[in-house]
Amino acid sequence: MNIFKSIMILAAAFLVVFIEAAVSLPHRWLGAQIDVLPVLMVYAALNTDIVTVSLLAVLGGVWFDSLSANPLGISILPLFAVGFPMWWLRDLLLRELSFAQLVLGAGASAAVPVLAVLLLLTGGYEPLLGWGSLWQWIVMTAGGALATPIIFSLFDWFNHALGYQPVKESSFRPDREILRDKKSK
Amino acid sequence: MFRKKHYVAFGLVTLAAVLVLNLPAPAASRLKTGISAMFLPLFGLAGNIQQLPGKVIDDLTPRGQLVNEIDTLRQQNQELLVRQQQADALLEENNQLRDQLGWQRQQKWKLKLANVVLRDPANWWKTVQIDAGTRDGVHEGCPVLTSAGLVGKVSSAGLVRSQVVLLGDPNCRVSALVEDPQRDVGILSASGPLDNSLAELTYLSGTANLKSGQLVVSSGMGGVFPGGIPIGQVMDAWPVDFGLYTQARVKLSANLGALNQVWVVLQ
Repeated sequence: MNIFKSIMILAAAFLVVFIEAAVSLPHRWLGAQIDVLPVLMVYAALNTDIVTVSLLAVLGGVWFDSLSANPLGISILPLFAVGFPMWWLRDLLLRELSFAQLVLGAGASAAVPVLAVLLLLTGGYEPLLGWGSLWQWIVMTAGGALATPIIFSLFDWFNHALGYQPVKESSFRPDREILRDKKSK
Repeated sequence: MFRKKHYVAFGLVTLAAVLVLNLPAPAASRLKTGISAMFLPLFGLAGNIQQLPGKVIDDLTPRGQLVNEIDTLRQQNQELLVRQQQADALLEENNQLRDQLGWQRQQKWKLKLANVVLRDPANWWKTVQIDAGTRDGVHEGCPVLTSAGLVGKVSSAGLVRSQVVLLGDPNCRVSALVEDPQRDVGILSASGPLDNSLAELTYLSGTANLKSGQLVVSSGMGGVFPGGIPIGQVMDAWPVDFGLYTQARVKLSANLGALNQVWVVLQ
């Protein structure tokens, strides 16, 4: 388990939730706020272990709900429902290609709000829904899709720049050293 | 096949979600306030960043323009003081008449100015967070307004921050009165998720004859919002359910998409 990577992802989730609540420009310009938590979940599922995926679902969900009118805990299950299958199938999913990242990000960003709204409706809550919600869903999906390759590159760069890099083993072996001197000649 | 670790993770996350979702309302509210308090250090940072453009503009504004602005504000202040004296005299007269009739005296509003610090990150709610809480006398249900008109009400109050549910959210219904000769009363309810400037006025009388531009104010019924607060103007109206009642679209007076400061009525 790469603890640095896990901490980095959780810290990013904390910041992302705050920025989504503090910056209202996407909402003013596009009519919808773009959610980056599903994108972080895609990165976590493909690059870390199940503990980080679970922690991101629980903490990210709870942080998001604490700044929203959502009932506390409603966002945990949608995030985990996206992260767990991706983590399970991580060996089969492409992760290096930008287009593959884009598709995975779009899928996650589309699924999480739909699952959250379904849970809200199941729980008897009345979220604000209408034809405009379709536009908001498209914006969230497209925004999440575009953000995914950026997040992947950013995290890879951070990990490379700040994370522990194992020292490459040298090909030099003292027991195989060829000693030459005048006597041997 | 699953290994044990994955079973445990799956079970723990599901259990955590179910436990948190099934907490009693007061405990969930306290927990929510506690968790959102983790963001407190970032609030100061966000506030400073938001004030930065304003400070830069202040620094670049010529001195002459600022002096002119101060003069204008002084004049306005004098005018408002005179109007307040008039209003105080009228209130006193009103209260004396109410006493004679045996009606309850009208109280002056206690107002608290608050900054809007956060917006709901979920697209399916219309709420904002303000930097005033129970420490400032704010409590659940307090009406919130701007100089333009009604904004919403406090849905939950923490020690230093509160959540305000805005007009147009399904959880903010207001009894509203149209200032027409009939004085029709309806319920202002949720609008569409995209447009912050519109709300729907429903359950108006089937005989209501609404015209575009008529003023809509709070009716004072329901016990949450005082009467007479401007809400908006009627845009259009149409009969619903074979003329059983009338529904109207209302253009809200307050700009809910760009709220910076609001007044909380502490009552």
